[in-house]
This record gives sequence, C-alpha cells and structure tokens, in this order.
Amino acid sequence: MSPSVLSVDTVSRWYGNVVAVNDVTMTIGPGITGLLGPNGAGKSTLIGMLAGFLAPSAGSVTLDGVTVWKNPDVYRTIGLVPEREAAYDFLTGWQFVLANAELHGLSDPGAAAKRALATVEMEFAQGRKVGEYSKGMRQRVKMASALVHDPAVLLLDEPFNGMDPRQRLHLMDLLRQMGADGRTVLFSSHILEEVEQLAQQIEVMVAGRHAASGDFREIRRLMTDRPHQYVIRSSDDRGLASALIADGSTAGVQLDDSVLSVEAVSFLRFTELLPRVARDAGIRLYEVSPTDESLESVFSYLVKS
Amino acid sequence: MNGTVVRLTYRALLGGRRAWLLLLMSVVLLAMAVLLRLTVGVDHQVTADFLGAVSVAALVPLFGLIVGTGVIGPEIDDGSIVYLLSKPISRPRIILSKLAVAATGTVLFAAVPTFVAGLVMSGTADRIALGFGVAALVASVAYSAIFLLLSVVTRHAVVYGLAYALIWEGLLGSFVPGARTLSVQQWSLSLTEAITTRDLVSSDVRLAVAGVLLAVVIVGATWYAGQRLRVLSLAGEE
Repeated sequence: MSPSVLSVDTVSRWYGNVVAVNDVTMTIGPGITGLLGPNGAGKSTLIGMLAGFLAPSAGSVTLDGVTVWKNPDVYRTIGLVPEREAAYDFLTGWQFVLANAELHGLSDPGAAAKRALATVEMEFAQGRKVGEYSKGMRQRVKMASALVHDPAVLLLDEPFNGMDPRQRLHLMDLLRQMGADGRTVLFSSHILEEVEQLAQQIEVMVAGRHAASGDFREIRRLMTDRPHQYVIRSSDDRGLASALIADGSTAGVQLDDSVLSVEAVSFLRFTELLPRVARDAGIRLYEVSPTDESLESVFSYLVKS
Repeated sequence: MNGTVVRLTYRALLGGRRAWLLLLMSVVLLAMAVLLRLTVGVDHQVTADFLGAVSVAALVPLFGLIVGTGVIGPEIDDGSIVYLLSKPISRPRIILSKLAVAATGTVLFAAVPTFVAGLVMSGTADRIALGFGVAALVASVAYSAIFLLLSVVTRHAVVYGLAYALIWEGLLGSFVPGARTLSVQQWSLSLTEAITTRDLVSSDVRLAVAGVLLAVVIVGATWYAGQRLRVLSLAGEE
C-alpha cells in the first residue's frame, strides 16, 4: 500500500452566515491523527469535506494532489466510518459488508467481506441483522464496511461515541494496527484522553479554527502550561497569599470576602509549590479547587494563544 | 445500472409495511372494478371514467410519489446513503438503478392492476384495457423520475410532490386549460386516446407533443437527478 496524504489548504466552510470551518490548513499523513475539539467546533464539517461530502466554500481539499470533491474515484483510497448510526438495518452484518464490497467492484467481494469481518472480530454476529446490534457492534461492522477494500486512508467521525471501555480498547488496538501498517488514519473526538492515548499527531479545532497542531506532548504542554485559576481555603489565607506571591509561578493573588483566588502561571510548578509553601508557613489547606478546568476553557485558551 | 444498488433499494422499499400498503391499494382498485362489473355490467364509458379518474388521475401519481420518493428519500434523511456515495460508482448510475426499482414498483403496483381492472370491466373490447394500461405504465415511469428527482433536490419531496399531483394536475388542470398541457396525466391520456378504438377519452394534448414531453421529462429528470446527487452535501451531526 502506498502512503497517502490528505491536504487541507486554507479551507473555509460556511452555512449562510454561520462559519463552521474558518481558514484551516493542515496536512494529514500516514499514522494516526486525532482531530480534537469540543462539540460544534467544526470537526464533522471538516471530515465531511475530507470525505468529499461537502464542498469547501473556499480553499481546497486534496488527496495525493487530487481534488476530493465531486470525485468518486477517491473512494478507492478512502474508507469512511460516519458518525451517524443508520446503516441498512434490515441487512445482516454479513450482507451489509458484502454489499459494500460489491459496491466497490472488488473482484472477490466474498473473500474481502470475510477478511474485513475477521479484522473487526465480528464473525460471531455476522448472521444477525444490523438493526439488532449494540452500539459497539454496529461501530465495528461500520468499520468492517470501511476496511473492505483495504483503503490507504481511513476517516472516522467520533468513532468512540457510546462505546463501552472494552469496545473502546479493542477499537484503539485496531486503529493502532492500521496506523502501524502505514495507513493514514484520521479520527475525531472531543475527549482529550482518547486522542492522547491513540494519536501521534493531534490537530485541535475550536470554534471552526485550527487552534493547535503537534504531537500529544506538545498539545498536553499547551493545555497544562497556561494560567490556571484556583480558589483556596486555608487556616490562614492572608499568610498563604503573601507566601505565594513571593514565588514567580503565581501571576496574581486576590483576597476578598475571605476567598483566596490564585492565578498560577505554570501548572506543574504551582502544584509543587502550593503544598510546600503551606507546610513551611504552618498553614493548613482546607480546599484547593480549580475554577476553569472545563475542556471548553482549555480549548478557548488555545484559541487565544 | 448497478445490481447491488438495485438489490439494496428493492429490499429497503419493499421490505417493510410499505409493500403491503401498496398491495392493499392495488387490491382495492381491483375489488372496485369487480364490484362495478357486477353492479353496472359491461359499460365501456364507465370503465373509461373509472380508470381515468381513479387509476390514472389518483392511483398512479400517488404510487409514483410513494415509490419514487421511497427509493432514495429515507436514505438521504437517515444518512445511510453515505454507504452508496462513498464508493467509486458514478452518481448517474446510482440514480438509474434507483429509477429502475421505482419504475418497476410503480408499474407492478399501479399500471398492471390498471390493465387488469380494465380487462375485468370491459374485457379486450376496443382496446380500452390496453389503452389505460399503457397510459398507466408510461405515467408510472414519468412520475417515478419526477419524484426521484424531487427527493434528491429537497427534503420535502413528499409535500411538493403532493402539491404537484393535487394542486397542479388536479385543481389547476380543471380551471386553467393551459396547465393541462404540462400534465403527466394528460400526456398519458393522449396515449389512451390513440390506442383505444372508441371515442371514450379525450386528452388536451396531441399525441406527438405528449410523446416528446414525456421523453423530455423522463430523460431530463433522470439526468438532472444524477447531477444533483453528485453535489449532494451530507452534513455531520454537529
């Protein structure tokens, strides 16, 4: 299998007045890439354009230099696992995957369907109707349908949604194998841990923009090494405030109505500093709670940076 | 055409309760024909009026609407069309396969019962059954093509389809003579007029004009549906 590269070049997509994807440029090569972002960030819209199901309003999406939009030939190279559930519920798993193999015009669709179902370990349920499958089984049979023609590129839109932990691990193993085989695998998710566990390369989307790009260490650093807000209750808030301000890892300390708010510059240094300072000053900590730990706040920080 | 698309479409269309509903309506048409034959006896004018009003004006467009939108509309609505579109198959071929299923379904459930109802009521006399059978057959194909196109163009195909069949062909046709020139029903009736040997039916459109318009609509709608499917946008769930 020759390696394939997807290129997104200054791509925007808008629906009327709403901009879903805003001037995004990225290159997705062999290995596993995670497309990370909160719900509504434009991930599905971007995957729709990568899969040739949405026209970019501006810019271009190409697969190995060939335009994807209005070009059904790209599906010889691309395998797609859509987010939506519907998948010919009246067919059995076997019939569904076989039909996909036939639609690809493969020379031996039966053998291809068999191989794909074995890859996702779904032979045991291939005689049952897709409509009777659990969410995880459905996801796997969708995966088999995407793998049936042995594609060099695999696009998965929120593949872990609704999966239980065991199914999640199984799919992760499968995707790792695909990446190790030299396939270009792109999956979207709104959960940092999922992306971090699986992807070598992470592309972060926030509010339609391409907010960050890099390997997971870089993204993790961007996400942790930012000003963090904490609310602290202790036996001596005023004493703690003065001890904290003496250290460079706090950017600001505020004390009103006996609530101590601290803005830490470096997450790692602050987590080491706080207990040490408190202990040295003989102050007892009752409560340390972050005030801005939601994923959205992390993402919005990335956009601003 | 693509055999797999035909098979999947056929199973999706006739797998559920829809097939039984269509069959029931066909049986009702035949039952009414038998009833008329038993109560009125053989009256060719009654046959022509019945088949014109019930079959060609109501049953055929209704079946064309149900089947023509049914072969692709639900797949577009629930997103499962993605499994057809993510394949290296030309979009016009997908449309042709869908049209083949829609036209066959409408012919089987509407045109064949129309012909049989004609036979029941008038036998082979004056080629009345044949005239209406052919009209229903051609109209079935035309309606299938039109409503298939509507389903690709809009998510509200059933509403627009009903508006066309009821308002344009039904109401407007009775009051505005010009509207009848652009009516599948009138085109197909001109075939009936040409085939039957007795003067029972009159169409507002001449045979040659009707033939050309039918061909243009069937070919044009099918071609345009293929073009529209090429640019069908499937948005995500965000």
